[in-house]
Amino acid sequence: MHYFTYLTIGAFFGFVMTKSEAVSWYRIQEMFRFESFHMYGIIGTAVIVGAIGVALAKRFNWKAIHGEDLRLNPKNMSVPRYLFGGILFGLGWALTGACPGPMFVLLGQGIWLIGAVILSSILGTFTYGVLRDRLPH
Amino acid sequence: MLETISGPWHWSVSGIAIAAVMFMLLYAGKEFGVSSNLRTACSIAGAGRKYKFFDIDWRAQQWNLLFVGGSIFGGFLAFYVFPSAEPVQISAETIDYLRSVGVSAPGEQAGSSYVPAELFALSEFSLSTLITVVVGGFLIGFGARWAGGCTSGHAISGLSNLQLPSLIAVIGFFIGGLAMSWFILPLILQLQ
Repeated sequence: MHYFTYLTIGAFFGFVMTKSEAVSWYRIQEMFRFESFHMYGIIGTAVIVGAIGVALAKRFNWKAIHGEDLRLNPKNMSVPRYLFGGILFGLGWALTGACPGPMFVLLGQGIWLIGAVILSSILGTFTYGVLRDRLPH
Repeated sequence: MLETISGPWHWSVSGIAIAAVMFMLLYAGKEFGVSSNLRTACSIAGAGRKYKFFDIDWRAQQWNLLFVGGSIFGGFLAFYVFPSAEPVQISAETIDYLRSVGVSAPGEQAGSSYVPAELFALSEFSLSTLITVVVGGFLIGFGARWAGGCTSGHAISGLSNLQLPSLIAVIGFFIGGLAMSWFILPLILQLQ
């Protein structure tokens, strides 16, 4: 049952990402060229709805299924890791037109070459793990 | 009904649905973040024996692997079982620009309703394809982990939590994305 829950939420996510067209390389280029509101509308709506929900959860002390607080853990404050890591991520996002979620969704659409993107991204994460102590955080 | 499901969906419906995914996971006691799975993959492959960063109990991340497995199935379902009647409808300006750099419009070639054949069709494999999949993928994996999250973790969850680190990360995503789309991508597309 437990397994089935996450598979189902994931399937819903994959379905949504396809129907929203957020998995499309074309949509990502259009977004970075500021030629349509579509992607900004998707991300903006998700963040506004998300922020209202998170604020309500804090205000009214909502609980998750096993009784723990319904909340997101804050990230530690720093600048270099988020800025430099973010820039590298953005370069890859705009080139492949896919971020980690859409990579897997596109695999389900039969875009086989995206499998190579996934393998390269695992290699990228591995390289980060190796070099981690030498990078500014 | 079938037409409504097959889409494409309005951006507001899509945005609400993505926020719903985040809340479903939060209710289950988990945080929405897809790029963590790339680290888990390294741990499963045994990278933890030599590098501390990967020395984690990957079984605690099983739920996220299942989430990703489900998303592959969701993509299959949305593409093959409930296909959209039309290819992605991007703006005329974007189509004109892409044509000028040698990329065909959505749907013009087989298998290009979401991604361009020039970069993702095995039959048109070229140096620009190779760079896109190898370098692009590497940057995503390296950058996401350095920044501590990707679009789902920072842009959706982090901004919903109004946290400054995520705003810095999203600004970084855009600096990198703008540099790629406006300056570097046109050069990569010239490679045969």
